[in-house]
Amino acid sequence: MADIATSSDPKATAQRGTGLRAMLEDQTVARRVFWGLLGIAALLTVLRPWLPDGLVRIPEVLLLPWRDWIDAAFQLIAFDLGFIHVTRFLSGILEFVLDAVANILYGRARWPRFEAVPWTVIASGAAILGYALGGWRLALLAGGTFVWAALIGQWKWTMETMSVIVVAAPLGFVIGGLVGIWCWKSKRVEDTVKPLLLVMQVMPFFSYLLPAVIFFKVGPTAATVATVAYSLPPMILMTTLGLKKVSPEVVEAGKMAGCSRWQMLRYVYLPSARTEILVGLNQVIMLCLAMVVLTAAIGMPGLGAKLLEAMGSFKLGRSFEIGVTIVLLAVVLDRLSKAWVVKQPEHYEKGTPWWQRNFLPLLGVAAFVLFLVLSRMASGMDPVPLVVSPMSEFNLPTWIAGVADEVHRKESLSQGREFDQSIKAFLALDWLQATTYAIRFVVNNYFLVPTEKALLFLPTLSVILAVTAIAYRLGGVTPGILAFVFFCIVAQLGYWDRAMLTLHSVFMATFIALAFGVPMAIFAVRKEKRARVMILLCDTFQTFPSYVYLLPAVMLFGISPVTVIISILIYTMVPVVRYTVEGLRNVPPELTEAADMSGATRWQKLTKVQLPLAMPTIAVGLNQALVFAFFMVIIAEFIGTRDLGQEMRRTLAGTNLGWNFVLGFSVVFMALTFDIAINAWAEKRRKILGLA
Amino acid sequence: MTDAPVISCRNAWKLFGPNPKQYLAQMSPGRSYEDIRADGYIAGVKDVTVDVGRGEMLVIMGLSGSGKSTLVRCLSRLHDITGGTIEVEGQDIMALPEKELIELRRSKMGMVFQSFGLLPHRTVLENIAFPLEMRGQDRHTRRERALEVINLVGLEGREDYFPRELSGGQQQRVGIARSLAIEPDIWFLDEPFSALDPLIRREMQDEFLRLQEMLGKTIVFITHDFDEALRLADRIAIMKDGAVEQCDTPDKIVLDPQTPYVRKFTEEIEKARVVHANVLAGPVNGAEIIGEPVPGHHTIQQLARQLVNDQRDQLPVADKDGKITGIMPRQKALDLLLGDASDG
Repeated sequence: MADIATSSDPKATAQRGTGLRAMLEDQTVARRVFWGLLGIAALLTVLRPWLPDGLVRIPEVLLLPWRDWIDAAFQLIAFDLGFIHVTRFLSGILEFVLDAVANILYGRARWPRFEAVPWTVIASGAAILGYALGGWRLALLAGGTFVWAALIGQWKWTMETMSVIVVAAPLGFVIGGLVGIWCWKSKRVEDTVKPLLLVMQVMPFFSYLLPAVIFFKVGPTAATVATVAYSLPPMILMTTLGLKKVSPEVVEAGKMAGCSRWQMLRYVYLPSARTEILVGLNQVIMLCLAMVVLTAAIGMPGLGAKLLEAMGSFKLGRSFEIGVTIVLLAVVLDRLSKAWVVKQPEHYEKGTPWWQRNFLPLLGVAAFVLFLVLSRMASGMDPVPLVVSPMSEFNLPTWIAGVADEVHRKESLSQGREFDQSIKAFLALDWLQATTYAIRFVVNNYFLVPTEKALLFLPTLSVILAVTAIAYRLGGVTPGILAFVFFCIVAQLGYWDRAMLTLHSVFMATFIALAFGVPMAIFAVRKEKRARVMILLCDTFQTFPSYVYLLPAVMLFGISPVTVIISILIYTMVPVVRYTVEGLRNVPPELTEAADMSGATRWQKLTKVQLPLAMPTIAVGLNQALVFAFFMVIIAEFIGTRDLGQEMRRTLAGTNLGWNFVLGFSVVFMALTFDIAINAWAEKRRKILGLA
Repeated sequence: MTDAPVISCRNAWKLFGPNPKQYLAQMSPGRSYEDIRADGYIAGVKDVTVDVGRGEMLVIMGLSGSGKSTLVRCLSRLHDITGGTIEVEGQDIMALPEKELIELRRSKMGMVFQSFGLLPHRTVLENIAFPLEMRGQDRHTRRERALEVINLVGLEGREDYFPRELSGGQQQRVGIARSLAIEPDIWFLDEPFSALDPLIRREMQDEFLRLQEMLGKTIVFITHDFDEALRLADRIAIMKDGAVEQCDTPDKIVLDPQTPYVRKFTEEIEKARVVHANVLAGPVNGAEIIGEPVPGHHTIQQLARQLVNDQRDQLPVADKDGKITGIMPRQKALDLLLGDASDG
């Protein structure tokens, strides 16, 4: 009822009142302004050879000293106001917790100075947890992953990575949840936090790392802080969303039961928002894993560091094995947390004995004791190779004793070297080399190089005007103004050419992703089963930490600009395909049936009915693809780029926060421009189509 | 019903919109629902005055959007009213601070919801014990009381089920049991049976009447189903556009609709099924009593066979104790049963 009231006349007239804005919202005017802006941009480009340098790029003297300002602000906050003492104190606490966890997981010599928990205990624990949440298959997957990590000889690295996740994920969950509750309680807080989250989501990860290092000490503490910060936005959003969605009748039932405010939150709201809150937790865990491996850039040991090292020295076999571990870990964490989301409580029949009600916890305790004792008995014995040859020497008790405590690197099943050779042999095959070389050559020389040159050739003002025109045409007046302001800021920040290189990689990769992804999705939705397989594939790929996408690209294309594009491309393809499939699949069946009955051919049906209706959803996918691309293009620095990412990586070596942030915000403002424009367009379309 | 009303609602207003209090204060009297709407406000409850007596069942009937759910939420102060007063047991509930309001709900009020409003993560027993838990009773007494009401609504053996493991009818039984757990004096039911399919609905109505016979609570019952209202009510309040069109006993509503809107509702109703003999009866006034009296609490339809066969022009009507309370002209009853002669 209330919504009818708010959407009544006064507001509408108020909007009509502001003359210029209303005029610019008008369709015909919009078209003229759009072409006008593009025309000026084109004119400037054509005239470029005759333009004075000052009009092509902003002259150095006119650039404001942003770096110094940010540094000064940082100095003020950190040292003059003493904020750094607060963070150093906090990092002391955090370090203590991390050390304790590290001691338990891999025996780091810190309090409480236990020996490391044997891998058999963790693997069996994971299996039992998997069984409790999702049955046999999940048990096998969860247990199997840890068995794999142990047997392949990556146990310690895996535990190093896990030790950060074990601390970071609960922290992100709690902090994000609390902020989420606060946002839900207070509209003003929500209005402040929402735009901040938007910025946080497009901020390059390197801009999280440097402040974390400066404020929280290099190593696991900084890695944890950066990871937690990066994982917050989805948790906050999901918590607020979940609390808002609680059915009003449940709320009223709580009130009529005489709940106090605290009781309402504790017993009514939070349990009812369980699903969304747990989805938030799932996202936190996945982001934590994705980020922890990236913190290798600031010297965090673990799987990420080893992968970076192996890729750096082109040890493809070893890289591949580590990549598999990371992916398995991602899939396990994802499946476990998702299984928890859908897990619904079920009642036991009356008269079930207590041991049956508590069967799984009991089994867990039993496994813990059994494997712990086994490993303690075995710890004194000599290590035994996992694969015993010849078989005649095989003696089960000694073998068990040999592996029950620890699988040493030398005895592990790792086939890194052999695998490396076979991968390299495969890559050396003539036809494969010829193909990848041809792709590299064509893409590079006929596609990347010319477009890159063109983009760098454009005068700064042309780019700004063109982007403004597009954002205005897509999203309307506000996105247009924001685009203009944001790109002016990017120009002002003083890394225009590098920014253009970044933008170039992002655009090229997203363009190719669209060119391949959309047809793929269209092909997939023709059969319901195929569509479901596609969604499942996308969901699985989406759980992979972004970092591992570098691997196949490097394997196939070596170190080259094409590799950068390819790795971004693989990563951005996932949302493009996913959202296109979703969009096409959710076209109401009455509409396609109506098209069929009107005698539409398959092509007509696709272009006149399905695609137009799916467009808003596809746009959301495109938007996500762009955000992903902006993220990945910075990460791709690990392969070697010449854009903002490369410069940002350099900042990590020092303490120059101003430099880092100037680069980071160049990315933020570019990404935000497209994010805002595309979202505004999708929203508008949805309203027009009556889908909102 | 002789003592003071349990709920007394005087000129209650509930407006939705940007600045309702201020708008109501300066609003000229006599503005219609449409006028108010044109000003950008929605009148959820519009100048409503009703009383509910002790042990009475007041049914509020209206189509969707008529404001009946809003009204019941005002009576329980789930909504704050914009103007007027609502008193419960002589206390102005709008003046209650949060603490006392919570106390009132914990001790005196129960409410049942259309889509049940059960907490999905709690078992049947835990849902029913929820209000007891909120007021801090210990686990043991909670459980004991909850089991009592579980038996009352016929859910024995399902204590450990979760809501989603139950059918709609069973879920509403849980909702009913929960609202009864604290032994409330006042019982609000917001379309409790509307989400159920017709057969179950009928069964639940019977069940409800049985419960009410046992418990004798003061009830405010919301429905959009006129038949349901006629079946259950002591009195019916018919609402339209936030205002009460007529508030009367079912017999009176059927026999004497006050507004065209109410008349439209009653047109389709078979009046003989609603009207009771004692309503049609006039005073005895010393007239001669001939033969056996008919029971006054029976409907005309229940008496149909006798009315057709009986030769007397004037039938004496008796109450449940057999005392003569009046005389009913047979023709009047027959007209009601068969339709007026003029109707053809």
